[in-house]
Amino acid sequence: GKTALLPQRTALLMGSFVFAVMNDIITTMFNKKFMEELFKPQELYSKKALRTVYDRLAHASIMRLNQASMDKLYDLMTMAFKYQVLLCPRSKDILLVTFNHLDAIKDFIRDSPNILNQVDETFRQLIDMYSCLSAGEFQLIRQTLLIFFQDMHIRVSIFLKDKVQNSNGRFVLPISDHSLLFKRVEFTNGGSYISPQREGSFDLYGDRVLKLGTNMYSVSRPVETHMSGASKNLASHTKENAAPNPLAKEELNFLARLMGGLEIKKPNGSEPGFRLNLFTTDEEEEYAALTRPEELSYKVINIQATQDQWQNEELARIMGEFEVTDQPSQSTSKGDDLLAMMDEL
Amino acid sequence: YNNLSVLPLRDKQLTYFAAVHGSTVSLASASADGLSVSHRQLQAKEGGLAVSASIVTQASWCVLPSRVLLVLTSQKGIQMYESDGSIMVYWHALDVLEPPPAQAVFARGIAAASGRFICVGTSSGLVLVFDIPSKGTNITLSEVLEEHRDSITDIASEDGDADLVTADDSGALCVWRSKEEFSLLTKISAFGWTCSSVKLWNGVIAAGYGNGQIRLYEAMSGALRATVSAHARWIYALDLAPLTGKLLSGAEDSYVQIWKLSRSPDTGDIEIEHCHSECVTDTQLCGARFCDPEGNAFAATGYDLSEIVRYGQV
Repeated sequence: GKTALLPQRTALLMGSFVFAVMNDIITTMFNKKFMEELFKPQELYSKKALRTVYDRLAHASIMRLNQASMDKLYDLMTMAFKYQVLLCPRSKDILLVTFNHLDAIKDFIRDSPNILNQVDETFRQLIDMYSCLSAGEFQLIRQTLLIFFQDMHIRVSIFLKDKVQNSNGRFVLPISDHSLLFKRVEFTNGGSYISPQREGSFDLYGDRVLKLGTNMYSVSRPVETHMSGASKNLASHTKENAAPNPLAKEELNFLARLMGGLEIKKPNGSEPGFRLNLFTTDEEEEYAALTRPEELSYKVINIQATQDQWQNEELARIMGEFEVTDQPSQSTSKGDDLLAMMDEL
Repeated sequence: YNNLSVLPLRDKQLTYFAAVHGSTVSLASASADGLSVSHRQLQAKEGGLAVSASIVTQASWCVLPSRVLLVLTSQKGIQMYESDGSIMVYWHALDVLEPPPAQAVFARGIAAASGRFICVGTSSGLVLVFDIPSKGTNITLSEVLEEHRDSITDIASEDGDADLVTADDSGALCVWRSKEEFSLLTKISAFGWTCSSVKLWNGVIAAGYGNGQIRLYEAMSGALRATVSAHARWIYALDLAPLTGKLLSGAEDSYVQIWKLSRSPDTGDIEIEHCHSECVTDTQLCGARFCDPEGNAFAATGYDLSEIVRYGQV
């Protein structure tokens, strides 16, 4: 039966689950093959493709998420990243944001030297590839990213609370900001600008100075997002798939190669998995799935289903290397519940 | 840079607006009282086929003595339409031979020049000069100017001793004169920041940079005449009202600034005066243009903003 849970046991188990999940996701993401594919010069992925890769990564451990929670996680990630890219004072700062992300990742796995090495290797590749780009080239990268995130206005509780996002979903642009580029200027326009203290470090280790890209949840924070009114003006949208095929052939090829680099852990019968629910209750999660506005639904590609369409042997070979994973949304049952599992111990 | 273009049509009491949004260009026309009359969308398509849409970098009306064309630049190439966007009269595909893999390919920077050319820049630093007949579709590429080594950002022109100014990602500027062909008059070196926008007026070059500065140069000699710390962030757009010498600048810091350029009658020195500031709250400006040649009204566009905001002088 359901006995009272000992707090220490819960914490220990939670800790070890979190550690296992982090380890697995980070190991999967930073593995050499995957990174090799990512570093190849290529077009920006479509929104569908990115969401598919993200789904795979999120399921690279024993953690599982239902559609609604997955959607919410993705929303949070995209809006947070959009915010970071938009607010970079200098175009080269988008690289510092990435370095902040990597610094945080390294902190999670600081006790695992193997994975740490992999992350450092990626870090070095980023430095090699991007450090010498000009401000103009960084601005082009930034513009391309911003076009990708254009018209997404999902409201995020933590941003609304901190007053960095308005109720219409747009981000607040500070006009009195201590880290902007210039000494005091004398216009009577209401803004005041002060020159920055120092520039962030672009080395493997260093003080990034820039706060964008650091952990937003370092203090316990709410994770709600709000859908309604998120996309007011549909006239300015371009339909994502105007062509008959949801994905162009080249993009499927890229995706297959990328996926080929992702080794997905399959939870076998004896190993316990657990399901992460980003809502307060299961019912809330189900409701969110049903009421998600059409224009905001992410259409995830089911790679396995299209296997027979591919003539390319190489692709078929890569696909064959995939372990077939469980379909996340169907396989969860009460047996996966953390609580029930703990009862068995 | 500068994703907005405006075409005032005096005789029809209308103003056309073109705003670039990702892979589409939205055209709207409005009457003086602000009521929207018509609306259209254009996409960067190769020869009329709906292939995967590419990102449009700029859309700009080019006013020539005999005709007005709407020019679109994108990652695929250059398209020219009749001024209302109804018919495409010319398509030029960018060479995609074997580009160095890490380089983006696109066209950017549009200007009409010398009453018969339309000049368009490319990501490789080339400036393509197209010869435009007074009517019809027999547009030809007549010259390629090879002087820049970085991607072209903007091009400006006027009728004068110096006819054309081209700017690039590194911040270098080239000044040209056109007789039978274009010849280089002078080159202005970069100082470390992208020149995102450039205008030419009365022999004065006004250039906007990624560090928020506006610099004024003497076009014939290339000599620097003034430096203004105009904005706290990247300048995206400059526009000029040729009848008054008013200059506007729009930047990522959400401000539009209006300036007045002039030449001192005694010394002939170039002068610049600040006239007005406007903050478009919470908006990183992507485009800004005067709505008339006197500069009594202007319009602005911003990232994530689905409107064109118009300001008029009261």
